[in-house]
Amino acid sequence: MKYEPVIGIEVHAQLKTDSKLFCGCSTGFAAAPNHHVCPVCLGLPGTLPVLNRKAIEYVVRTCIALECEVSPASRFARKNYYYPDLPKAYQISQYELPIGRNGKLTVRAGGREKTIRIHRIHLEEDAGKLVHDASGGSCVDYNRTGIPLMEIVTEADVRSSEEAVAYLTSLRSILQYIGVCGANMEKGEMRCEPNISVRPVGAEEFGTKTEMKNLNSFRAVRLGVDFEIERQIDAIENGERIVQETRRWDEATQTTQTMRSKERAHDYRYFPDPDLVPVEVSASVVELIRAKAPELPEPRRVRFISQYGLPEYDAEVLTGSKAMADFFERAASLHNDPKAVSNWIMTELMGCLNESGKTIDECAVTAEDLTALLELMGKGVISARMGKDVFKDMFASGRPPAEIIKEKGLEQMNDETAISDAVEKVIADNPGPAADFRAGKKQAAGFLVGQVMRLTGGKANPKIVGRIIEDKLLSE
Amino acid sequence: MKLTREEVREVAYLSRIEMTDEELDRMTGQLGAILDYADMLNELDLEGVEPTSHVIPMKNVMREDVVKESCGVEKALMNAPDRFGDFFRVPKVIDEGEGH
Repeated sequence: MKYEPVIGIEVHAQLKTDSKLFCGCSTGFAAAPNHHVCPVCLGLPGTLPVLNRKAIEYVVRTCIALECEVSPASRFARKNYYYPDLPKAYQISQYELPIGRNGKLTVRAGGREKTIRIHRIHLEEDAGKLVHDASGGSCVDYNRTGIPLMEIVTEADVRSSEEAVAYLTSLRSILQYIGVCGANMEKGEMRCEPNISVRPVGAEEFGTKTEMKNLNSFRAVRLGVDFEIERQIDAIENGERIVQETRRWDEATQTTQTMRSKERAHDYRYFPDPDLVPVEVSASVVELIRAKAPELPEPRRVRFISQYGLPEYDAEVLTGSKAMADFFERAASLHNDPKAVSNWIMTELMGCLNESGKTIDECAVTAEDLTALLELMGKGVISARMGKDVFKDMFASGRPPAEIIKEKGLEQMNDETAISDAVEKVIADNPGPAADFRAGKKQAAGFLVGQVMRLTGGKANPKIVGRIIEDKLLSE
Repeated sequence: MKLTREEVREVAYLSRIEMTDEELDRMTGQLGAILDYADMLNELDLEGVEPTSHVIPMKNVMREDVVKESCGVEKALMNAPDRFGDFFRVPKVIDEGEGH
């Protein structure tokens, strides 16, 4: 039988606020445990939470980007459970009346467009962090407690791991563009939990779903989702029952394992939090936030094609991350050949980034340095071949190109007399190929040019070398 | 709607409260009486009345996103029953409940 996977995705995105959701403690990365805590986020008696305005603005901004309806009135609820990562024994979250509902995101997967509907977007506070293996007990760090998380839940519209990754890639890019979340999965700024079930192709009813955790990269999402789909199909084919449960992706064994069974349904006993008053976001406030919203990846991609004359592929790659698109636009404003800028970013810069495992934000080369290099090549100060080596040095050292070229003596040799001397020597040393060329074998020129380049330490301007060889051999 | 002993046992479990059989019986009676009292609301015609989530007619109480000094790790841990360095220490937890 043929099966079809049915997948919904929950994403928790850490909002880039300076302070926590309900108190003034810093959200910054603290080296030491329990240094960013106060009576409010520690849940001490007699304290009251006060909502961070920026967090609401960020969620509304996300709602606009994902075409959600913004609820005119929403409220917070308590999700009750006992676990030491939760000092109050409840998490402030939203249940009925989330901030956003009924949105959508269109992504490209497998060469076609696919629209994934967004079920809801709500705001909640993060829990603390437990360290299990120190000292015989469990150790708790509440620095993370109360950091604002935005939960984005899709409808069960995703049908493959490829679509899941396409959705997450696109979502990450949007969150970065609108500046609400760093969205680095490895750092846990964006966590994703897919719900997966399978059903025979053509069936209306959903199968029993499992939820997956601990997917810390796009690669893990692809492998984890594929594994889980296969596992469920195998189980059904073997006549087993799928159990509704949470499964953990294990990077070491590349499998999923039972984490906790949901046989006994979790009863969180949600109820409206009496400590927090309702939030009303009026249509005029939504319009105000919309007016300030930064350009999104899709319109920017289209603009790159029309404004800079870039091919579809270039525009897509460059707008994949906001930082990369910003880098391109800065460089393109300084150098009058956008396609050349794009080529150098897509081959040399991205090549170096991939090799070093760095992101564009960590890159030592500035847009100014890159365009300076392009100008130097354009003026013939160095060859394109040399330019690639200089770029590698710029990437490693962060130094401007002129300095590197000067220090290493890489300036291209454009002096015709000096090149002419070298050509004469090469012709004298290689009578065979010289004769071949005279006899009309044009390919012999390549060999001779190569020899001149070698003789001049790669510095001779190859265009001039070629012309002089031709002049000398054909005019004799 | 009558509250059952099983429901009370379940609520007690969720709240991590251990109860003897005698306590369960007593709580079933007392909690049941409170619920029956609240049930009187069902006798009213509440068509078109929004549920009250908050008794004070206020909305949009917010603060600006400004960092304030935290209370300091020593104060934070002052009342902790146990600590390990700068951590709170609690009995070992086995269930992987993190990230509900």
